[in-house]
Amino acid sequence: MPPVEQISGFMYPNEMELQWSLLIVLYPYITGLVAGAFILASLARVFNVAAVKPTYRLSLLTALAFLLVAPLPLQLHLGHPERSFEMYLTPHRTSAMAMFGFVYLWYLMAVLVLEIWLDYRREIVEAWKESKGIKRVLYRALALGADNVDEESLRVDERVGRVITIIGIPSAFLLHGYVGFIFGSIKANPWWSTPMMPIVFLFSAIVSGIAAVLLLYMLVSWLSDRPVDMACVDTVARYLFYAFAIDFSLELLDLVHRIYEADESFRSLDFMVKTKLFTSQIVMQIILGTLLPLGLLGLIQVVRVSEQARKAIATVSSLLTLAGIFAMRWNVVIGGQLFSKSFLGYTTYKVQFATREGLLPAVLLLLLPFGILWLLLKLLPPWKDEHPAGLPEVI
Amino acid sequence: MTTDRREFLAHAGKYLLLTGAAAVAFDKVMAGRPAEADNYRTTDHWWAYAIDIEKCIGCGSCVRACKAENGVPLEPFYFRTWVERYHVRPEDSLHPEVDSPNGGYDGFRELYAAGDGSKSFFVPKMCNHCADSPCEQVCPVGATFRSPDGVVLVDKKYCLGCRYCIQACPYGCRFLDPRTNTADKCTLCYHRITKGKTTACVEVCPTGARQLGDLKNPKDPIHAFLKDNKVQVLKPQMATGAKLYYAGLDGSVR
Repeated sequence: MPPVEQISGFMYPNEMELQWSLLIVLYPYITGLVAGAFILASLARVFNVAAVKPTYRLSLLTALAFLLVAPLPLQLHLGHPERSFEMYLTPHRTSAMAMFGFVYLWYLMAVLVLEIWLDYRREIVEAWKESKGIKRVLYRALALGADNVDEESLRVDERVGRVITIIGIPSAFLLHGYVGFIFGSIKANPWWSTPMMPIVFLFSAIVSGIAAVLLLYMLVSWLSDRPVDMACVDTVARYLFYAFAIDFSLELLDLVHRIYEADESFRSLDFMVKTKLFTSQIVMQIILGTLLPLGLLGLIQVVRVSEQARKAIATVSSLLTLAGIFAMRWNVVIGGQLFSKSFLGYTTYKVQFATREGLLPAVLLLLLPFGILWLLLKLLPPWKDEHPAGLPEVI
Repeated sequence: MTTDRREFLAHAGKYLLLTGAAAVAFDKVMAGRPAEADNYRTTDHWWAYAIDIEKCIGCGSCVRACKAENGVPLEPFYFRTWVERYHVRPEDSLHPEVDSPNGGYDGFRELYAAGDGSKSFFVPKMCNHCADSPCEQVCPVGATFRSPDGVVLVDKKYCLGCRYCIQACPYGCRFLDPRTNTADKCTLCYHRITKGKTTACVEVCPTGARQLGDLKNPKDPIHAFLKDNKVQVLKPQMATGAKLYYAGLDGSVR
């Protein structure tokens, strides 16, 4: 609750409390990483882009790790988390938010888990047969007791997996486009209310997911002492550049449209961007988080530089991109609540630290997917040359 | 056909009971005041509300009465109804100066001197009980609902506290009650109007600036209010089907 002196101009009295906090910034950020990572995986699988194959499994595991965490910030934010299951039992048909549970479950169970399971099935069965004790029980459970891995059944796995990936692409679009719709469909809020919102969310999701997987690929390779496949890094970096260029064009279109149309909310929003959102929008999101990484990534498309430099540029650009997309989520969620719906005043959002919706739980929630990913990497190593339980490769 | 004594007594008892109930109901029906009937029927009403800007003196009685009647938290962040003061310079009507200290709970201190060519007036605000309410539309579990008599209500035992409805209301009429962690808003004193009383804010308004109306009751004075005045709703471009009608609403009001 901001003290009254943080209010400038006039706000409706009930607006003095900011409704959606830092945790709600995390929600679109995390689901965006999921959708983006999955889209990258599908490039390898459906579109047969051979160069990005080394990131295929890592992308899927990254998507799963983040997807498992995605509902947590929402739960922590709810006034009555114990009632959240009601969204499954009695969803309100006209509510955009009511669909979240279903979209989430569909994506988690029908797409991601199934695709990962099918892709890893042979290795899981091998680990089950070769290991002992708890490990054996675990892998047996993961295999769901099915141990048929003959050629015919693997062929079926491959075919079904492909179909699931094809279904998965629109599902990933749905997952994140839908998150954009939650904001974009609020006509009361001119900062949110635009049909561009789902599309902008989608492309920024793809951008952030690709950047995250690119970083993780280099990090995991480095940590596990494996050579980095430069052809892969270059290709992923190129896709990052393309996706980012489209994303930025869409955001620019939105911006130009707002400035040119200059409707009743414009004066208020314009003031906000130039003052309260200046650091997070102009500096963080646009200059450091978009123009700089776009410039760097563009540079390595046209100028021949050493492998070491390309690695460094890919790393720095990915980090900047991830920070920039986070700033974008912040500017949407928090920015949309800093001005009054009367267009006559502004408030301030101060992040608290060790409170339920403070900085500490937010940081922990952002670290949690990396912990889950670490576990997943142990359980289901993404490298084709290494099998669970250290088995030699069996053809 | 023969009727034995036992059967006769059973039938007679039934008819006697029904006649009694009909007699009670008949009184209410003849009185022409269905709202006062014990058996309030939601489908017989369609509630609306009218505010005459010219009559509001900014005393804040309505804000105090509302908080007292409905147990609204006293902090200056939560209001089911509040009063805003507008100060508009004729040359810059798009950018009025507006204040609402403590929602108008304590009334307003004199701020503007008369005679500088500008105008000042008070605008009481509350839930518009929209017929196409965006808050009701977005509630993920239907905890916010529109009653058949046209009142937007919140089921506190069902609300998740996701605050989506607060974001969706264009008028800033909702808040999260910190005691229950559920959404809260004006209920149009539903506990009173279903017993034939009027709302607390209407009850205490010393100038009659506020008026509750039942659009389904042809005898209700709200019909005259809507006919005799130039009326407007807030933010008509939002197309929410607002049923809070203002007479004398200035174009500068948001």
